[in-house]
Amino acid sequence: MKAFAKKPDVDLSIEFAGIRSPNPFWLASAPPTDKAYNVERAYEAGWGGVVWKTLGEDPAAVNVSSRYSAHFGKNREVLGFNNIELITDRSLEINLREITEVKKRWPDRALIVSLMVPCVEESWKAILPLVEATGADGIELNLGCPHGMPERGMGAAVGQNPDLIEQVTRWCKQYYSKPVIVKLTPNITDIRVPARAAMRGGADAVSLINTINSITSIDLDNMVAKPTVGSQSTHGGYCGAAVKPIAMNMVAEIARDPETQGLPICGIGGISNWRDAAEFAALGAGAMQVCTAAMLHGFRIVEEMQDGLARWMAEKGYRSLAEFSGKAVANTTDWKYLDMNFQTIAHIDQDTCIQCGRCYIACEDTSHQSIAKLIDASGARRYEVIEEECVGCNLCQITCPVEDCISMVPQPSDKPYMSWNEDPRNPFRESA
Amino acid sequence: MTHPLDHLSRAGDDTRDSASLEANFSDLHPPLTQRQAFIESQRCLYCYDAPCVEACPSDIDIPRFIREIAEDNINGAAQTILEENILGGSCARVCPTEILCEQSCVRNHDAECQPVLIGLLQRHAVDHMHFDGHPFMRAADTGKHIAIVGAGPAGLSCAHRLATYGHRVTIFEAEAKTGGLNEYGIARYKLVDDYAQKEIDFLLEIGGIEIRHGQRLGDNLDLETLQHGYDSVFLGLGLGTSRQLGLSGEHAVGLMPATDYIKELRQTDDLSELPLAKRCVVIGAGNTAIDMAVQMARLGADAVTLVYRRGVESMAATGHEQEIAKANGVRIVTWAQPERILLDDAGRVAGMRFARTESRGGALVTTGETLDIPTDAVFTAIGQAFEAASLSDARASQLGHEAGKIEVDGNFRTSLAGVFAGGDCIAAGQDLTVQAVQHGKLAAQAIHNEIMAQQEVA
Repeated sequence: MKAFAKKPDVDLSIEFAGIRSPNPFWLASAPPTDKAYNVERAYEAGWGGVVWKTLGEDPAAVNVSSRYSAHFGKNREVLGFNNIELITDRSLEINLREITEVKKRWPDRALIVSLMVPCVEESWKAILPLVEATGADGIELNLGCPHGMPERGMGAAVGQNPDLIEQVTRWCKQYYSKPVIVKLTPNITDIRVPARAAMRGGADAVSLINTINSITSIDLDNMVAKPTVGSQSTHGGYCGAAVKPIAMNMVAEIARDPETQGLPICGIGGISNWRDAAEFAALGAGAMQVCTAAMLHGFRIVEEMQDGLARWMAEKGYRSLAEFSGKAVANTTDWKYLDMNFQTIAHIDQDTCIQCGRCYIACEDTSHQSIAKLIDASGARRYEVIEEECVGCNLCQITCPVEDCISMVPQPSDKPYMSWNEDPRNPFRESA
Repeated sequence: MTHPLDHLSRAGDDTRDSASLEANFSDLHPPLTQRQAFIESQRCLYCYDAPCVEACPSDIDIPRFIREIAEDNINGAAQTILEENILGGSCARVCPTEILCEQSCVRNHDAECQPVLIGLLQRHAVDHMHFDGHPFMRAADTGKHIAIVGAGPAGLSCAHRLATYGHRVTIFEAEAKTGGLNEYGIARYKLVDDYAQKEIDFLLEIGGIEIRHGQRLGDNLDLETLQHGYDSVFLGLGLGTSRQLGLSGEHAVGLMPATDYIKELRQTDDLSELPLAKRCVVIGAGNTAIDMAVQMARLGADAVTLVYRRGVESMAATGHEQEIAKANGVRIVTWAQPERILLDDAGRVAGMRFARTESRGGALVTTGETLDIPTDAVFTAIGQAFEAASLSDARASQLGHEAGKIEVDGNFRTSLAGVFAGGDCIAAGQDLTVQAVQHGKLAAQAIHNEIMAQQEVA
């Protein structure tokens, strides 16, 4: 029996596009939300919501054997994860029955049903009332699955066509009374275009990103990619920590697009801990979906995610997610609006420097030759920044193995803010 | 060899059998598993101008070979090591890494205060290499023939490098086996499973190297003959004699140099047959003294006392070695210098009397107090000295000396034309295997340059 611990006095509950959830952590539509057994274990562990693995028309999809592969770091930590699974391979009837039962047993948790049916009105018209009858809180349109389903005219094949996105969304709003979330594929050029299409169709929210087309590795002995099915492979959908930067950029692009102003965004892509969640929230995400981290470590990770987020919020004085959601959006701009007069310079803390020379060789070989390698009287090596040469690129700080040893120090300046648009060095400047 | 101890009981006399004794001499630092090596290799920061390389006497590109381990390129790692140090396998086992590469590892500075285990990683790479044939090439035969005296680490390293240049090499070795201290002088638990010989077999795969055993300079071999018969000569003689205490009774039964006992211990097939001094005193403070004390403890001695005339901080043995001694129950007595060998009625060693010492203004003085330690045997490990007899022939006696060793210049050239020297027998020698290997390698380079320059002139 654990002692009663004091908990931070913050409210993690959210209302996202009309869907209430005791915390912002949802499991994404994927194997972890495939059936009642997993979903109930997730709720028991503390997940605020789940997006039930994508339902489709019968007959159910059939999966191949050998389905996942990974992009590993040096110590077998999974940097990125890849799958070639299809939507649910169980019948519609079983899924609908389980969804109904689970929602009844867990009324306070969010339960969203992911859907993918052929791009014809009849199909959507047929399935939506069945989903509505389960009592689930909303639907998420899977218009992004990059493998297997596009060949059947579904998934990314729809998500890559803005007109189809708009059309399908409209049908859903027409035949379904609860919130409709449109899940976007990143396998396009400009994420704002499908987001705008979803908004035009009446979407209550968008969620992103779905997985990215990927080949994670090649078996060089057998000259075949992984996962290997017999002697062949195919591209899969990439997710996990490695896609987080891509996902965050796409979330930010939509968040700061005037055309989709106010459209709720559910962040997905490599969210593995409370900090990732806070970062997505800062860029405007009102809820977060997690899959890979749970698949690698189990549902228990949500305990740390809730606890860590709550403590950080308490420290910062945020009582709810809404108080900081989107706070970094205004500071995310186009390159041309950055201040050309800002100057930052690297500083090496000699007390914590371990003299590994990594900053030196990185700068010397590949940057601006702004670090001097010195040998002091005792023969000890010492690395010092040549301030007049430093352009403030951050490379030395990035390659330094000691946290906080190299800091980037903004230089005091009496020059006013000046964008590239105003910069006299810009031959195309707008304000001459 | 161990006849001064013939009167003692044998290590196997009590309940210890050969197998259990052998178990006491298994690998001191067991090798890393594949997984351990992989994880450890990730800890390397791949420093630029890495301090570990600066600290390594043999110039191995340590960050590179560790990165190669991390990248699953074990042959690449082994080649990186061996191209600078052909005895990289034994050096990985016997090097005092705690005062060399690992001492300078930047990971010591970090919050973790724990260096990358460079020695064990080096061993891992060399132990797991799997080349088709020898990983180094022998250049076209130059027609030159070089004589090397001494088949220890310096001579072998020199021979291998010369062979790669296409020269023929003949090594003259006094002992019955090749390897020098690697075969006869290193503690048994540091080079297990006949590793020294396996490594030599590998080294000789380069070809063009002949070894003649039982050839002793100053006995059945003289320098003038070598100078005449060969294009160049390399002397890797080592230090053949043990320093003496300079006390009466030095030759009494029960007293012997530690190196002589270790040699026997390394060569025996049956540890239970070795004479065991249940109580023994080891005099000295270097790694040989520690090796002796620890090995006697592991053979079953009840009381092993290591005595040093100065304080612990002055001991030549590294802190790591001292810890090994303590872990094996060796008692270390400091500030005591040998005064008299105490003999019993039969003239055998019964104890050792030490004069208590102290440091006064840096000078070591006796305090007037004495300390008697009863013992069955005394082992001396107070340093090795150059064997004068080996350089007593007419030509060899002309060699210049420096600090009691052979004098050489920066290119390992002695005062005699065409005669080079390296390893422990030269003044710069530090009694380190890795340094002997480096000397041999650099001397080979110098010999090659000289011979080829002469050829061009001719």
